[in-house]
Amino acid sequence: MWSFSEIAKNIDLWLNDLVGSTWALVLEMVIAGVAVIGLFAALGLVLVIMERKVAAWIQIRLGPNRVGPKGMFQSMADTVKLLVKEGMTPDGADRLLFNVAPFIAMIVAMLLMAPIAFAKDFQLWDMNIGVLYITAVSSLSVIGILMAGWASNNKYSLLGAMRSGAQIVSYELSGGLAILAVVVLTGSISLTDIIKAQENGWWIFKGHIPVIIAFIIYIIAVTAETNRAPFDLAEAESELTAGFHTEYSGMKFALFFLAEYINVFIVCAIGATLFFGGWMPLHIGNWQAFNHIMDYIPSSVWFFGKTFFLIFLIMWFRWTFPRLRIDQLLNLEWKYLLPISMINLLLVTLIAILGWHF
Amino acid sequence: MFIKDYIKDIASALKSLATGMKMTGYYFTHHKEIITEQYPDNRDTLVLAERFKGEVVMPHDENNEHACTGCTSCELACPNGSIKIITKFDVDAETGKRKKAIDTWVYHLDLCTMCGLCVEACPTNAIKMAPTFEHSVFDRNKLVKKLNEDGSKVRAGVE
Amino acid sequence: MYRETEIIKDAPQFGEPGFGDLVINVGPQHPATHGVLHLIITLNGETIKDIKPNLGYIHRSIEKMCESLTYRQFIYVTSRMDYLSAHINNHACALVVEKGLQVEVPERAQVIRVLFDELTRIASHELWWGAMAMDLGAFTPFFHSFRERETINVIMEETCGARLTMNYYVPGGVMWDLHPDFQKRVKDFITLYKKKIHEYDELVTGNIIFQNRMKGIGYISPEDVISYGCTGPVARGSGVHSDIRKVSPYSIYSKLDFDEVLETGGDSFARYVVRIKEMHQSIKIIEQLIDNIPEGDFQAKTKAVLKLPKGEYYQSVETARGELGVYIVSEGGTTPYRIKFRSPGFSNLSALNHMIKGGKIGDLIAAMGTLDLVIPDIDR
Repeated sequence: MWSFSEIAKNIDLWLNDLVGSTWALVLEMVIAGVAVIGLFAALGLVLVIMERKVAAWIQIRLGPNRVGPKGMFQSMADTVKLLVKEGMTPDGADRLLFNVAPFIAMIVAMLLMAPIAFAKDFQLWDMNIGVLYITAVSSLSVIGILMAGWASNNKYSLLGAMRSGAQIVSYELSGGLAILAVVVLTGSISLTDIIKAQENGWWIFKGHIPVIIAFIIYIIAVTAETNRAPFDLAEAESELTAGFHTEYSGMKFALFFLAEYINVFIVCAIGATLFFGGWMPLHIGNWQAFNHIMDYIPSSVWFFGKTFFLIFLIMWFRWTFPRLRIDQLLNLEWKYLLPISMINLLLVTLIAILGWHF
Repeated sequence: MFIKDYIKDIASALKSLATGMKMTGYYFTHHKEIITEQYPDNRDTLVLAERFKGEVVMPHDENNEHACTGCTSCELACPNGSIKIITKFDVDAETGKRKKAIDTWVYHLDLCTMCGLCVEACPTNAIKMAPTFEHSVFDRNKLVKKLNEDGSKVRAGVE
Repeated sequence: MYRETEIIKDAPQFGEPGFGDLVINVGPQHPATHGVLHLIITLNGETIKDIKPNLGYIHRSIEKMCESLTYRQFIYVTSRMDYLSAHINNHACALVVEKGLQVEVPERAQVIRVLFDELTRIASHELWWGAMAMDLGAFTPFFHSFRERETINVIMEETCGARLTMNYYVPGGVMWDLHPDFQKRVKDFITLYKKKIHEYDELVTGNIIFQNRMKGIGYISPEDVISYGCTGPVARGSGVHSDIRKVSPYSIYSKLDFDEVLETGGDSFARYVVRIKEMHQSIKIIEQLIDNIPEGDFQAKTKAVLKLPKGEYYQSVETARGELGVYIVSEGGTTPYRIKFRSPGFSNLSALNHMIKGGKIGDLIAAMGTLDLVIPDIDR
């Protein structure tokens, strides 16, 4: 089978021969940047149409069905509409912060792409502190939202931003502790090592109940971190009209919108990597024949399949549950998720030390 | 027993959430439950109730005759003045008698609230409600209609 | 900070905002006010200190309009007040005119009216259920409740000729006889309702998030209910007998077997439960009547021009939101001398500040959802 690492290596050699090592590095960075931006745009289009279809089917509707076959180009039409719309800056807004905020949100989402392994040996940056990097960078996303809310000169935006600040900061704790469960079991914070450790079975199957609990906590925490319903208090359509992006229009709004979906993709990709083995095919212990058959399915298919399953799960939450109130949201975190994940971490540590996992 | 209640709380909460998700999951997978009506596409098959109050019309028969005597009951019954009847006096060719008849039956669709009181008030059943609903036009003047057709006259025997 | 203090200085009459308080206009265009209701709320952080409703954005002076309309004509205008229970509004007006004229309404017309009243009540509560869930952030219930409501609308369209503002009741009876398919359609609806109603509990009522949002929120005691003049499900949620169908029965309600739904919680959840149970009671009434529609006239013979004798007339009915009273002063002419509507939404809204003060913004939205406000009903 062809491998991404071979292709990358060949391109690297070819560029080195052609322009020398310094320029080759620059060019490779440009290629990586373009690839990330391209993936961004594609993911945005796919996820928006997916969300609308999921919502429609749950709500016994048809969903978009006019533009393109079965409405598949609807999100492209929407993008064109947003591109040609005027991006207004309200009077009295802090112009610099107001205009920079959407880009901060985007940049954070882009940075998080770096350590994700999309397929076997296909990773932008295989760093040895992958998990640490992810938890550190993902907490920056609150800055973009706070900036947007503060600079808009709108009280709804301000309330939304402040809610979001409290929310993201608290849910990071339980999210981080849930991730730690897998880190403890693996004994490494490099994403490559974590995936390799799941060669004979994914952690969700190998790690007994504590890992399942960790997974549930992780899914709840990341739903809150990405400001998705039922934790969409920062937007809270029926309370704050649109929360922190009330005043944004046109492409600036689109960037926030896109960043939300990219964030969803990223947290689901990380969830798939940690608990479902990333690109690792479904392997069961020593069943050599079964494992071998599973290997024939390309690793990228495994990765995207798992990720989109988790994305669907998050969308399913969104279209089923009502929103929490702000104090209930914080209660859930501090009275339930955090204590449970702490005890859970102890259990996982016990399992790891005694070697009870498969 | 604090711990026990705590765990019980969580279990019942998760169960209630799972019930909701099971239901939405059912609808996600069962597309035959979809009830969307694709309006402009299903125009040909769209059946409206025959009593639907869409606009006031005045039925004419094949001889271009209607049943309106110009009594202005409908004009009086209309709560918002959307009917204006202009009458004239026809001279009967045979007897030479002057007889009241309608000249123009003006109907302001733009003022009408489809209450149906004019139809209720009409003693000769000359007007009725038609089940049409696509009334939008670009020019508001087009909503002021003349209901009696040119050259039409009262059906014989309608007093 | 400069701008906030400026606004506070300009608006001293709205509560007494202190340092650091936010004064926010919720509405007239806001997703959760369901119309052009304008609430001026004073916030301290997320906590609400004061709510001041500001009305009049959809005031069409219906009461004054009615003074220039005849007794046949003014009924249709009342459909535009509380458009979700248009039939019941019309019923109140028809009843008060009949009272003045001393007209005996045929049995068949009365049964038809009650059937449509109860169908309207269910349709109104269905819409409330979906809209309230949408206020709480769950979008799916809205579409699910509209599936059942659509069935009722089809029944209305078939017999009355319209889906929302029907104008089907006339003094002395109803405008036309029932459509031949009416009974079959209503039975189909009851079957569908019974098949789908458990979904309401699965999707919303039993949901832990929903219960936490609702329980203990927007509490109002029975004494306050009476002093604010709240009626309908808001009063019955606090355990106050206020169902006009039971307290002072009109039409044929005294002969029917149904219960007044009473809850003692007084919070948003109690009001929610009252409305859900009221739908069951309405179904019970419809089931009693649908096979027993008496034969006969659907309209009593009345004069072409109606003239109410000189005097004052009052009739109240139970709409989906509470007590609607119609008060007519007649000078003996063809039009009312003065007409006054006692609308349920107005008094229910007046209790909002009392209910929510000290709560969070989310509580305001949740409690407002259970008040089931229809803004044209408040402004008229």
